[in-house]
Amino acid sequence: MIAEIGQFTLILALVLAVVQATLPLWGAARGDTALMALAGRTAIGQAAALLIAFAALTHGFVTSDFSLAVVFQNSHSLKPMLYKVSGVWGNHEGSMLLWVLVLAMFSAAVALFGRNLPPSLKARVLAVQAMIGIGFLAFVIFTSNPFARLSPAPLDGTGLNPLLQDPGLAFHPPLLYLGYVGFSMAFSFAVAALIEGKVDAAWARWVRPWTLAAWTFLTAGIALGSWWAYYELGWGGWWFWDPVENASFIPWLFGTALLHSAIVVEKRDALKSWTILLAIVTFSMSLLGTFLVRSGVLTSVHAFATDPERGVFILAILVLTIGSALTLFAIRAPGMKGGGLFSPVSREGALVANNMLLAVAAGTVLLGTLYPLILEALSGGSAKVSVGPPFFNATFGPIMVPLVIMMAAGPMMAWKRGNLRIAAPKLIPAAIATVLAIVATFVLVPDGPGLAPFAMGLAAWLAAGTLAEWAGRIKLFTIPVAESWRRLRGQPRAASGMTLAHLGLAIMIVGITGSSAWRTELITTLVPGESAEGAGYTVTLTEVTRGSGPNYNYERGLLKISDEGRTVTTLTTERRFFPIASQTTTEAGIYTTILADLYGVIGEPGRTPETANAWTVRFFVNPLVPWIWLGAMVMVFGGSLSLTDRRHRVGVPRRGRVAKAARPQPAAAE
Amino acid sequence: MRRLIVILPVAIFAGLVGIMIALLTDSERNDDLTRLPSPLVGKPAPTMNLPAINDTVPGGFATSDLKGKVSIVNVFASWCVPCLAEHPLITELAAQGIPVFGINHRDQPEAATNWLRRHGNPYIAVGADADARASLDWGVTGVPETFIIDANGVITYKHVGPITQDALDKKILPSLRKAEGR
Repeated sequence: MIAEIGQFTLILALVLAVVQATLPLWGAARGDTALMALAGRTAIGQAAALLIAFAALTHGFVTSDFSLAVVFQNSHSLKPMLYKVSGVWGNHEGSMLLWVLVLAMFSAAVALFGRNLPPSLKARVLAVQAMIGIGFLAFVIFTSNPFARLSPAPLDGTGLNPLLQDPGLAFHPPLLYLGYVGFSMAFSFAVAALIEGKVDAAWARWVRPWTLAAWTFLTAGIALGSWWAYYELGWGGWWFWDPVENASFIPWLFGTALLHSAIVVEKRDALKSWTILLAIVTFSMSLLGTFLVRSGVLTSVHAFATDPERGVFILAILVLTIGSALTLFAIRAPGMKGGGLFSPVSREGALVANNMLLAVAAGTVLLGTLYPLILEALSGGSAKVSVGPPFFNATFGPIMVPLVIMMAAGPMMAWKRGNLRIAAPKLIPAAIATVLAIVATFVLVPDGPGLAPFAMGLAAWLAAGTLAEWAGRIKLFTIPVAESWRRLRGQPRAASGMTLAHLGLAIMIVGITGSSAWRTELITTLVPGESAEGAGYTVTLTEVTRGSGPNYNYERGLLKISDEGRTVTTLTTERRFFPIASQTTTEAGIYTTILADLYGVIGEPGRTPETANAWTVRFFVNPLVPWIWLGAMVMVFGGSLSLTDRRHRVGVPRRGRVAKAARPQPAAAE
Repeated sequence: MRRLIVILPVAIFAGLVGIMIALLTDSERNDDLTRLPSPLVGKPAPTMNLPAINDTVPGGFATSDLKGKVSIVNVFASWCVPCLAEHPLITELAAQGIPVFGINHRDQPEAATNWLRRHGNPYIAVGADADARASLDWGVTGVPETFIIDANGVITYKHVGPITQDALDKKILPSLRKAEGR
């Protein structure tokens, strides 16, 4: 019964989406306020309907209603409650339902908080949003119905993919979707602006918070996924340039570019058509990611539900959405007038360079991801290649170097016309920090790869440059500390957010460098009680015990790690066998210090009777890995802080200012 | 010039779509995705010697038993729901006179015996593979999986997942005929 309510509200949402996509658009063209106002109400109705549908599906999972096909295929009565809930989106049908729910929630947020938007723009944005919704709701209802019943109902389910039964992964998909789908707002705003034929500073100010929110969620989602891969897959790495990882990283890179180019539109009324194009491309890449994962065009560990038929449907949605947006762009963009001029050496110039580098980096990752497909299609299926980390390391890294160098200098430049002679002295502290970091790294780790000290220098350059710019803003040490404190409190949160996000990247570079340059490992077989030396430590397999968890059996190995006779820690690592799915997963034992992770996993025991008690043991010392997650957290915090900036705070009733903001303001005050 | 530049994104996208369509409509490729290519196809069946589950189930068999006649090796378990779904088709194959060997994957002897008693035992012999060592040698990625072995003991075909009527008609039976003809 409850499932049928879900089915009904799901269809209701589609009907509402059809209304929302058509009538308000017509109303906006005719200037009919009543029709335009319909958009907000249908958007809220659609979100409410989908919320009920999602709750109904969750109910099915929580109560283990195996008469629902998705519950039967992805759940099991013995599964812990957390995974019954996360099982809702741990499968194709449920995750697509989550996708449309998130889309509708963003529309509803515009309807509720976008009171200061001009009615025609608001109606058009919501109509575009609903068009995307129609495509995906039809996809869910006609090809991936989550409420399909089984008769007779099976007694128990087949269980969720054991790899997905993990707290880190329980929240990875929702965050990722909030990011992916969040970029739909920028897309809808861009298309609405193309329809209106008007892009101005006010438009950029409305787009930015949505982009920023999506970016923050996506950053958190990617970091969480990477952290999961690190401790769950047991390979000791945290990023594999897997096609599905790339599918989330490409929108992130374009989204980052969009975030920065929107600033130029907002402050200087320039780069308009480029920003519109970026908004379209960023969301297109999110759609492409969905398509690649869901269609089976790319096979990967992540593609847990692939089906060519569904692929054709998503491709059709892609063609309609992206194709029409880009065509509209081709028609309207030439008519858009460029705004303020600026010299190459200026804040705008730096942001343009940032955009170019980010776009090239994203293009490179896209090429590397799609190249095997392109080659396969062009050769008629005979040429199968895979593009792996060597390609990405050789191409992506070098593009990042100038970007990071620019990142420290950009915020110090003046708008419109910068002066190198004024900016250069501000970079002296950064230059000193860079030299110190390079020398210190050489001295501390003399036998590592030759590039590593320079990578550390790059991180120091970015961190010191960012801090110097921040210190300059609050005039630290040039005026009394109390006065600096007052200036700090008066800083716009967006500026502090920028400082934090840039610092976060510097921290992350330290982690990336450390883990890729100085990682050491020991792979050996040990009988319980035996020890081995390697990676600077003595590793002892103290014991292996067998037992069972709620829905799995485990072999638990205890690894005592000691350094010159002193016990550092004991790592607990498990190999879990899930009989229902007939699958094995690894739980790595990790001991974290701020400087390094000690990471141990046990593999299989030997296969002959004599070696049946000898276990494969892998032990890694991953220097500075925690800095990667720390950096990501700082970036997410920076994004969130910037979102709370007064200028972005949407829906705050301040009539006077709202009225002013509704009019285009070419020269917005700083 | 500006006109051309703004058309560029649409043009690139159109090219990409063409490639995607070509890949999606390539039915052979889509088959490949579900039928993971096995490096074992064309190689002799891996060496093993499996014990019987217990006295009540005929069985225990070794690699040498697979030679002399085209045979089928089916990996199954009593806890595996899809195995039950394909069970009638396995029974049908056995009724046609093809020797079907069963590898009982990670199972309890009692559960397996009960399962075979309840649903019928089409297998000429069942080997117990409680610790999945043999399955590993066979490159088994999940249960059920089915292999066709020719008279020389060489693996000629591998089917991943439950056998459906469609797969039986279009894949299994033609492959069997091919193995017999050689």
